[in-house]
Amino acid sequence: MMNNIPQIPIVKWADEAVEYLRNNGQWFFEPIKDGLNFTTDFLSDALISIPPLIFILILVAFTVFITKKNWGISIFVLLGLALIENLGYWEDTMLTLSLIITSSLISIVIGIPLGILISRNKTMEKVITPILDFMQTMPAFVYLIPAVSFFGIGMVPGIIASVIFSMPPVVRLTNLGISEVSTELIEAADAFGSTPMQKLIKVQLPMAKNTIMAGINQTIMLSLSMVVIASMIGAEGLGVEVFRAVTRNQAGQGFASGLSVVILAIILDRLTQALNVQRHF
Amino acid sequence: MKKIEVRGLTKVFGRNPRLGVKLLNQGKTKKEILEKTGMTVGVNNASFEVNTGEIFVIMGLSGSGKSTLIRLINRLIEPSAGDVFIDGENLSKMNRNQLREIRRKKLGMVFQKFGLFPHRTILENAGYGLEVQGVDKEEIKEKAFEALKMVGLEGYESQYPDQLSGGMQQRVGLARALANDPDVLLMDEAFSALDPLIRKEMQDELIVLQSKMKKTILFITHDLDEALKLGDRIALMKDGIIVQIGTPEEIMTNPANEYVEKFVEDVDRSKVFSAQQVMIKPETIEAERHGPRVALQRMKKAGISSIYVVDKNQNLLGIITAEAASKAAQEGQKDVYAVLDKDVPIVGPDLPLNEVFDLIYDSPIPVAVVRDNKLIGIIIRSTVIAALARNGVKNDE
Repeated sequence: MMNNIPQIPIVKWADEAVEYLRNNGQWFFEPIKDGLNFTTDFLSDALISIPPLIFILILVAFTVFITKKNWGISIFVLLGLALIENLGYWEDTMLTLSLIITSSLISIVIGIPLGILISRNKTMEKVITPILDFMQTMPAFVYLIPAVSFFGIGMVPGIIASVIFSMPPVVRLTNLGISEVSTELIEAADAFGSTPMQKLIKVQLPMAKNTIMAGINQTIMLSLSMVVIASMIGAEGLGVEVFRAVTRNQAGQGFASGLSVVILAIILDRLTQALNVQRHF
Repeated sequence: MKKIEVRGLTKVFGRNPRLGVKLLNQGKTKKEILEKTGMTVGVNNASFEVNTGEIFVIMGLSGSGKSTLIRLINRLIEPSAGDVFIDGENLSKMNRNQLREIRRKKLGMVFQKFGLFPHRTILENAGYGLEVQGVDKEEIKEKAFEALKMVGLEGYESQYPDQLSGGMQQRVGLARALANDPDVLLMDEAFSALDPLIRKEMQDELIVLQSKMKKTILFITHDLDEALKLGDRIALMKDGIIVQIGTPEEIMTNPANEYVEKFVEDVDRSKVFSAQQVMIKPETIEAERHGPRVALQRMKKAGISSIYVVDKNQNLLGIITAEAASKAAQEGQKDVYAVLDKDVPIVGPDLPLNEVFDLIYDSPIPVAVVRDNKLIGIIIRSTVIAALARNGVKNDE
């Protein structure tokens, strides 16, 4: 019986949609591509131009300050970055960092307003939640195909794929954080005559700050997990080294470059978490 | 002069409030509507007026609709039907901007769980209402300081709410509501989350503050003792309906129905009655005319073991016991001045009965009720017990 139903041409539709957008959407994709190229180039050039020693010292000082003298993490930052430099992955790490910073910033800039929007509009929430589910569960490799179609190879499709894959947490947790603010505080804000905007800025966002920061942390971690995948379409950085080691069956190289990714991940994670625990916001 | 006027205020929670209102108008009860439509009646056709400078208490058990009612007043909850007038202006007909203006200028609110913003300092919390009005920073600071001072929180300005005890947090809540000097205070179970001692302290303080501020206060509580203590008038609510409105005295002495009566039965009468309501006429002797023998004779006749001594103007001089009187008589003394005991327990006529208790239990002699130094009555244990058991003792009993 199942054989009688003709195959639903999802493959064909998807192909045609991508084809159509590639042919007709360049007016839209082209400026994005240029803008992102400029941003990542600028960022990676800037990061690379800082001498490693200076960079390490600045970051360690920043860590000491932000973690309120948590020496364990500070020493880890010092030794971890020194190891990366020692292994010869400094430049790759800076390239990866600029990819993560760019894609995370885009995710945050789009994600937080989207989270705010769905926290105040239940219909929007019902529409957007399944899209977020889709974005997060679709195997990340799949995004590479249309990304290359629209943006060519290089950093930009990598950033776009990272944004799609890593944006959902910040949207979800912004929504959650705002929804969690207790009714009584919302009533208090209303009872004293706040406008919706005053309520958002003076009460809801400050109260939701920790939850939103947790979302940002997850978004950064997810975009880091896209580094290797993005390297398959020409995004420079540590991912390229890992990917090369895999294709050439070089266990040592793979471990060393993988270790650099881990060090970068731990530093980013601890620093964003440290931003979170500061008392009274 | 009436400040707040509420006419036919109704709230039905559910998918079709209009149908709910229609069913209520047809005389269906809350229970019938719930069974028939699944909708909950929060407040059913509430009407009352609150006068300027009055503390109007809305009292009911949980689920009686009192918290919904107070939120209908400032439209934190949108009414399904009915009108709320403040200074003759109909809030129910206002648009968002007009409503916000009224909330900013005329209505202050105090919440059960304080509703303080944890990320703001005490000063910033107190100044919130002014801040959203766009008042200039220095002025906010000044007025917030002023309000905090009024509730006795000087020196805590730069602390955060979680550094303060519950009672102090609610003082901040009160200061926040007072800072922009609104005419009307809405207090939603404001003291219910506090422990009994602090609660009493806050009640006393509210009374003191109110005597200076003369705000119009709408106070919600589930505690009848609190209602009787604070309220100039009390509205009793049940199942969303206001069952009785009256002064504490009216509610106590003349409960409108069984529900109110039941409430009143549970009341700690000791807080309702004052000393003068339970005192009885004292046996006395006049020091100028009567000696120990008269004293003894009167005590014997009345069956008592001590007697109060006054002068001819009824000024209280002291007490003599039967023992002291008979000793003086044997020694042939002509007056009682030598054996007079001046150390007697004294209370004012308006002292609540519960505060008379301690004196009574510690004292072997009756407690004297004194006004302007004159003895106007005495309280003995049996009259107190009678008052607690019944509706009080009249002076001539």
